[in-house]
Amino acid sequence: MTAPLLSLSGVSTYYGAIQALKNVDLQVHEGEIVTLIGANGAGKSTLMMTVCGNPRARAGQIIYDGRDITHEPTHLIMRRQIAQAPEGRRIFGRMTVYENLLMGAETSGQTNVPALLDQVCDLFPRLRERLTQRGGTLSGGEQQMLAIGRALMARPRLLLLDEPSLGLAPLVVRQIFGAIRTLNKETGLTVLLVEQNAYQALRLAHRGYVLVNGAITMAGTGVELLARPEIRAAYLEGGHYT
Amino acid sequence: MRPAVRDAVLSALIALGLFAPMVGLVLSNGEQGLELHGRPLAAAVVVALVFFGRLGMHLWTHRPGHEARTIRKSLKVPAGTSKFLAPALLAAAVLLPLTGSRYYVDLGTLVLTYVMLGWGLNIVVGLAGLLDLGYVAFYAVGAYSYALLAETFGLGFWTCLPLAGILAAFAGILLGFPVLRLRGDYLAIVTLAFGEIIRVVLINWVELTHGPNGITDIPRPTLFGLRFSMDDGDDTVAGFFGIEAETIQRVIFLYYVILALALLTNWVTLRLRRMPLGRAWEALREDEIACKSLGINVTNTKLTAFATGALFGGFAGAFFATRQAFISPESFTFIESATVLAIVVLGGLGSQLGVALAALVMVGGLEMLRDLLSTIGEQMGSELFSGLAGELPTYRMLIFGLALVVMMVLRPRGLVSGRTPTARL
Ligand SMILES: Nc1ncnc2c1ncn2[C@@H]1O[C@H](COP(=O)(O)OP(=O)(O)OP(=O)(O)O)[C@@H](O)[C@H]1O
Ligand SMILES: [Mg+2]
Repeated sequence: MTAPLLSLSGVSTYYGAIQALKNVDLQVHEGEIVTLIGANGAGKSTLMMTVCGNPRARAGQIIYDGRDITHEPTHLIMRRQIAQAPEGRRIFGRMTVYENLLMGAETSGQTNVPALLDQVCDLFPRLRERLTQRGGTLSGGEQQMLAIGRALMARPRLLLLDEPSLGLAPLVVRQIFGAIRTLNKETGLTVLLVEQNAYQALRLAHRGYVLVNGAITMAGTGVELLARPEIRAAYLEGGHYT
Repeated sequence: MRPAVRDAVLSALIALGLFAPMVGLVLSNGEQGLELHGRPLAAAVVVALVFFGRLGMHLWTHRPGHEARTIRKSLKVPAGTSKFLAPALLAAAVLLPLTGSRYYVDLGTLVLTYVMLGWGLNIVVGLAGLLDLGYVAFYAVGAYSYALLAETFGLGFWTCLPLAGILAAFAGILLGFPVLRLRGDYLAIVTLAFGEIIRVVLINWVELTHGPNGITDIPRPTLFGLRFSMDDGDDTVAGFFGIEAETIQRVIFLYYVILALALLTNWVTLRLRRMPLGRAWEALREDEIACKSLGINVTNTKLTAFATGALFGGFAGAFFATRQAFISPESFTFIESATVLAIVVLGGLGSQLGVALAALVMVGGLEMLRDLLSTIGEQMGSELFSGLAGELPTYRMLIFGLALVVMMVLRPRGLVSGRTPTARL
């Protein structure tokens, strides 16, 4: 097997004296969708942010595309074709949808903006209708599409998504997950997906990791994890069968 | 009627509490030191104004067949006004010296200085969202840079102008570094302190700055090497063109210099807004974490915002020095920062037109109000009006405060609140 696109080995992250990640090992291969599930406060967002160097890992190593990025500044990491749609969408409220999308392309030095814009709008036709609307006035689902679209404008090889389904109606969640699958199939985009919605995430992903209190406790293919009784008990019996 | 009167009485009581000490009492230098005088009439006039104003307002908004809050609605500017308002203002600014009135040209120069400062600060506060309460520091750095370079090396205004801007921009970066991690209130406090530190250094570094005495005889700017002077030499403007030398020529020249500098500030800001750097400033104002996740170098973005804002503050400072021909630390107090910030906030954070309008109203309007009051005072022989006119500058902050409160009620997002997109399809 070829070397993974992203690989974390023995990564520990701290907030002050509190350890949020404990000796985490995780791999994402090129062309894979990998999901990370876990309860609130397990450290999923922390893991995603640690990959971006903010906060920085205090121990361990993060290798991306054969290069050690553990100590690289955040803005340089983000220019290595890694894009992130952070938790809580965080779109630029007073700027238009178009400007939001431009921000994604500009910082990574994309030159062919119209073509990228077309691709993103094909994926999320709702955005095309609303390019001149202010980001803050979009609905929650549209904002999530914009957050993902903005990340895609950087033409990433690796896309980091933090809870894209948060607060969205089942139909919109299906749309967004459908878009992720399409992207992965058609462009070979690699995705690391953090989700609360474990059932759908595991069905979408090739592989999954379970994070408990900052440590990886289980790993396997989506199908394997879905079949495990302890996963069903902890993450699925709560009515997440949508 | 009853509620209207009760409301008005209540307002009048509050006004009495506020203005009885502020307007009703005056300290003056008497034979035995400070003396306290009462001025009941002045206080009574203000309180009466509040009473009747409030009564009228209440009756107006509650008149039959009339829904409340119409004042706000009626103030709504029809869309597209700004399209012709901006060119109209520009034309008026260019043509103003044709009036030949020294008074108006001087006033225009003052207003334009604040317009320029407002536009400069707008980059930091309005676009990048970094609350800066010490903007006067860069104004001071610019002014002293020019004054000292001229005094020490005999350099002229046009040589020093870019240098003053660059030095001020360095000061901006100097301020930027320690405050990179701060936002909001904390940033405001540190910038406030920075402004004061610069002023205190100017006062105490006597060998360099002459301390509180300030710097005198700062050279005036030249027109392509020609001086504005009354001595009819060949190297003066009047001598070269063979016309009668008059002071107004220099005044008008200075006016056009500051107009050009202000327009430069505006042009650069508008250009930058449409470039990735300007958009990054605005994105930073909206959400810093999102900026990081997009790979924006937040440190550099903040520093360039501080530096660019400071650059224009420095230009304005150099202009101030050359216009006044004299500067001292007294010209660079916190009140200047507060005035410029009030102009930016009143104008509507981020709006170029709004800032210009606010400067016009707050600086120009106030000066004209003062002159109006003193004219009335002279004509009627009323000490009350001329007294008020003389004290108006001391009430400047009061009037600013009042204007801010009124604005918050009527137009909570500033005079011009809409944001123009920086990119269109
Ligand atoms: N900036 C911070 N300072 C201190 N502690 C933090 C900080 N950010 C997160 N934590 C703590 O780290 C732990 C992991 O947080 P994290 O946000 O990674 O959880 P999560 O798995 O993403 O949870 P959720 O599903 O609720 O988003 C939590 O206990 C949280 O309180
Ligand atoms: Mg999270």
